[in-house]
Parts: sequence; C-alpha cells; structure tokens
Amino acid sequence: MDVWSSLMDGFATALTPMNLLFAVIGVLLGTAVGVLPGLGPAMTVALLLPVTAALEPTSAFIMFAGIYYGGMFGGSTTSILLNTPGESSSVVTAIEGNKMAKAGRAAQALATAAIGSFIAGTIGTALLAVFAPIVVQFAVSLGAPSYFAIMILALLAVTAVLGSSRLRGFASLALGLAIGLVGIDSVTGQRRLTFGQPLLVDGLDIVVVAVAIFAVGEALWVAAHLRRTPLHVIPVGRPWMGKKDWQRSWKPWLRGTAFGFPFGALPAGGAEIPTFLSYVTEKRLSKHPEEFGKGAIEGVAGPEAANNAAAAGTLTPMLALGLPTNATAAVMLAAFTSYGIQPGPQLFSSQGPLVWALIASLFIGNFLLLLINLPLAPVWAKLLQLPRPYLYAGILFFATLGAYSVNLQAFDLVILLVLGALGFMMRRFGLPVLPLILGVILGPRIEGQLRKTLQLSAGDPAGLFSEPIAIVVYIIVAIILAWPFIYKLIRRNRPMPATVIPGNSGATVPREAGGVSHGSHRADGTADGDGDG
Amino acid sequence: MTIVVGYVPTPEGEAALTQAIAEAKKSNDTLLVINSSKGDALVDNRYAQEPDIQSIEERLADHGIQHIIKQPVRGHDAAAEVLDAADENDASLIVIGLRRRSPVGKLIMGSVSQRILLEADCPVLAVKAE
Repeated sequence: MDVWSSLMDGFATALTPMNLLFAVIGVLLGTAVGVLPGLGPAMTVALLLPVTAALEPTSAFIMFAGIYYGGMFGGSTTSILLNTPGESSSVVTAIEGNKMAKAGRAAQALATAAIGSFIAGTIGTALLAVFAPIVVQFAVSLGAPSYFAIMILALLAVTAVLGSSRLRGFASLALGLAIGLVGIDSVTGQRRLTFGQPLLVDGLDIVVVAVAIFAVGEALWVAAHLRRTPLHVIPVGRPWMGKKDWQRSWKPWLRGTAFGFPFGALPAGGAEIPTFLSYVTEKRLSKHPEEFGKGAIEGVAGPEAANNAAAAGTLTPMLALGLPTNATAAVMLAAFTSYGIQPGPQLFSSQGPLVWALIASLFIGNFLLLLINLPLAPVWAKLLQLPRPYLYAGILFFATLGAYSVNLQAFDLVILLVLGALGFMMRRFGLPVLPLILGVILGPRIEGQLRKTLQLSAGDPAGLFSEPIAIVVYIIVAIILAWPFIYKLIRRNRPMPATVIPGNSGATVPREAGGVSHGSHRADGTADGDGDG
Repeated sequence: MTIVVGYVPTPEGEAALTQAIAEAKKSNDTLLVINSSKGDALVDNRYAQEPDIQSIEERLADHGIQHIIKQPVRGHDAAAEVLDAADENDASLIVIGLRRRSPVGKLIMGSVSQRILLEADCPVLAVKAE
C-alpha cells in the first residue's frame, strides 16, 4: 500500500537522531507552554519561526508538531490540578478533572487524561495518514471557484461558530483581512494600505504579525493584570489507574476520538465543540450519572481524547488543502510559506517526504508525550510557580529578537509594537484572536483564488458559481450566516426549555481555539475565592 | 498596641504563629496576621488558602485573642508587607519565623527575615521551627 510505504519512509526520516532530538525538544516545549495558562502552541511556534529559519524544514516541522501535541497534553495538567485551563481546549476537562483532584483522585484523572490523549492522538494520526491522501485526490479536482468558496466557508465558520460573540468575531476577521491586504496588488501592481510608506510595500511579514498578536499582546495583557491571588496546586503523586478506572475510561476514550477527529477536520473545527459534545455524551451514557459534577472519570477521559483527536483532525485540511482551522495550524501554514513551500493539495506530491516525516513524527511525539507526562505531571505543575514577570520578559525578548531577525529591519519592530498594542486591545475588549490570524494568513490566498476565478470568467461574477461544489458550499455558508435568525424563528414558534449546560463557574466558554486563552485569566477569579486583603 | 506576625504555611510560619499567640495572650494585644504574596506567579505555596486561614481564625478565636488576618497581594515582597503593617499599626512587636538558608541561596534570593530585622522600628522576635 502506498500510504504504508510512504509512512515507513517518513518514520525513517523522523527517527534519525537529529530529528528525534527536535521531536524531544518540541514535546518538552509544548508541554511547558501547555501547562502555563496564556501561553499556547500557536504563540510558541510563532516565536520559534525566525529561530528555526536556519534549520531543515523537516526538522523544524517535527519540532512544531511536538509543540502542537504537547500543548494539548500539558493543558490537561493545569486544568486538573489548578482548575485553570492551560488551553482553551482543556476547559471542559477542568469541570470533572478538578473535582476528581479535590476528591483525592488527581492521580487517576491525570492518568486517564494522558493515556486517553495518547490513544486518541495515535488513532487520530492514523486517520490523518489514511484520509489526507484521499482528501488530496478529491481536492486536486477542485477549481479556483470551489477553492474560493471553501476558504470563505472556513473563515466564516471559524468566526461565526466559535467564540461567544459573532460581532466581535467578524470585527476581528475584518482586522485580519485588512492587515493581509497591506502591500502591492498582485495583479495590477497598485499599492494598497501602504500610506506612502515604502517599507510597507512588501506587505506585513506574517511572522511579525503572529508574534505581535500572540506574544506581545499577551505579554501586555498579563502585565496589565499581574496581581492576582495565587492558588495552590493540588498535591499528587505519580499518576496511575486502577482496573475499574480502565474499565470506565476506555469507552469514553474511543467515543471522544470519534467526536474529535471529524470536528477537527471540518473547517469549523477547533477542539472546543467536540470536547463539549464528548462531555455531554459521557454524562448521558454514564452508568454513574450521579458522579458527574463531583468528579467522574468519564468526564475527563472523553474530552481529553476528543481534544487530541481534534488536534490530529485539524492537520487534515491543513496538509491536504492548505486550510488551517485553528491558530497553531495557521501559524504552521505560515511556516510552510516562509520556507518557500506552497501549501495546498500539491503539498503531498511536491513535499511528500516532508509531509510523511511530519505525520510519522506525530506518532513519535505522541509516544514521547505519554512517557514524559505520565510520570512527570506533578513536576510540570511546578512550572506554575515561576514568577510571570521573568517569563514574559523572556517572551518579549524573544519576540523582539525574532521580529527583527526576519528582515533585519528596525521598521518591523515598530510594526511589532503597533500590532502588539492591537493584540492587547483585542484582549481588553474580548475580540477573539483566531479570526484575525486566519484573516491575515488566508486573506491573500482567498484573494488569489478570487482573482483567478474572475480572470477565468473574464470578470463575470457568475464565474464564482460555475462549479457545483462551490454552490453547495455557498448554501452551507448561507445557512451558517442565517442560523441565528432561523434559530430565533424556531424558538418563537415552539418555546423550548432552556438548553442544559453543565454548570461550572470555574470554566468559561472558550473564546478562541488552540491559542492564547486569556479567557482563563478571567475564569478562575470566580472559581476560587479571591482573598485580597 | 498590636503584635504583627508574618505567617507562611510552613513549619517556620506555624512556629511564629504559635509564639505570637503566646505573646498576645501575655500582653493582651491585638494580633495582626500577615500572609502576603507578590501575586506574580500563578501558584504560590507560601500564600495560605481558604481552609488554612479558617483554621487559624478558629484557633485565634479559641484563644480569645483579638485578631486581624490580612492577605495583601500588591506586588510587594513579604518583608515590605510586614514592615508596612507594623508601621501603620504602631506595632509593639513583630514575630517572624526563621529558616535555614545557605549563603549562596541568601545571596541570590535575599532574605526576608534579615530585612525585617534590620529595618523594623520595634522589637523583632525571631523563632525557629521545632
């Protein structure tokens, strides 16, 4: 089988000592940023982009893959031991996980999270290896109009479905698209949004934008909210599980995987929806429904499996279509571009060895993560005692260094500060960061497809509807956009009881996918008694 | 008059508290318990949590001592908080717990106890953990 031999070649590349070393560095870094709330894999990859410019692309991506999966593993540790989700995708884990920890079952909660993540990650990666080539086969038959439609769908879905406020989501998307427009028009050569500034003609470097929004914005936000009542980590020994825990965990793991992968692969992906669905399902199916809300192991096992499977799922459209659906995938896509690799359906044929080494390294990274997380979770929790000024000073240093080193232009530092201030204001006013980053990264590519379509149809807008798939996608887009109104109509005609949401004051509704989770800053204040004197 | 005690949830802190209770009983003074954190880390094991504070509250009430428990999180270090509290309340005595520090550790981290000992305007009673 073709997939099998390619994958084995991938393993051969990924298992060379050098690449293995990068995988180890990646998973260690990933776990660290996953444990620390506010830092995410997206920010870490963005910070490392300039640093890794000198590396082989394969090694760099193996490291990024480790960071991505590591973030998912690490997030659960903080959720369980501190009730502060380290990652937005671990918000649901905190509901039951922290209750378990408080009841003295932290070891079991950590174990089921780590083993569940491993199993789901492995199955998810296997599905990725099988499905991505199939998606590619389908995707190469798509023309520019269909592509344009699918990208529009991805942007709208991420903006409208995730997050609490559509208006804020679209505001953020508009900002991102505007930033993406800066530079020379590729067809007519006109200058757009350059304000007569010659240094803006090349456009804004995506690395600078990502570092500014994720790293500088978050650092400023934390600096503005530095004083907060410290918490205690719930003490825990080495994670382990009894026979009964295994019996209660394995089904939620598999069901969580089944939820996670497809949702991650969909354009409206992200890990929040499947983790939440998995939680609700486990609550309904559980033989111990009375334990939910008091620390049911199923409520940790399912969502944790779901978020890791979603992480694998997210990579399917990213690798097969060049379509990122969460912040980390978006930054990884930017990394492809900065290495001069064209993302899209042709990626598998043009960069086959790299892609397969990346997929193989996902398997390896998953295994490494199980090794370093299962015995060491309490050690990772010690990272939380780090005074944050030191941490963020280091991040700002790296951000500045990185932004400058991309083009060796002092002007980039000005952009870094301006966009960093923008990132801060977005956090201040609750604008999600993900639509902005997607807008910046996908905006120019969407425009390219739109231009191509219109050139093919000689400027006739009807050309946008010339392919059946495009029309189907537009119908889906229309439904997504009109959904709130339809929903309201249904509600008015047939008054329904309020939807049941698992009550937990500690975990807020996730704001953005996979990246900076400033939601958590606000979340825990309400959960654990503030005792300022 | 007031007695100020710097409390941390460690053996040294407990020793200081025990000693402070004895002193407060002797002189019938108000006991001001200070447990502070800079608040710059997400987790600070030296910042007492709710159950801890409650048990201290009960203990002090059992002894019939007038007391105030303060947990300032203002970005100042523990020494500054204790000294501030002593100044504001015109304290007659400060009670602190001492722990053993290696010279190198002291060089790097500084010493809260040393600062209190040197800068306080009132007598300081330093006790060691049992």
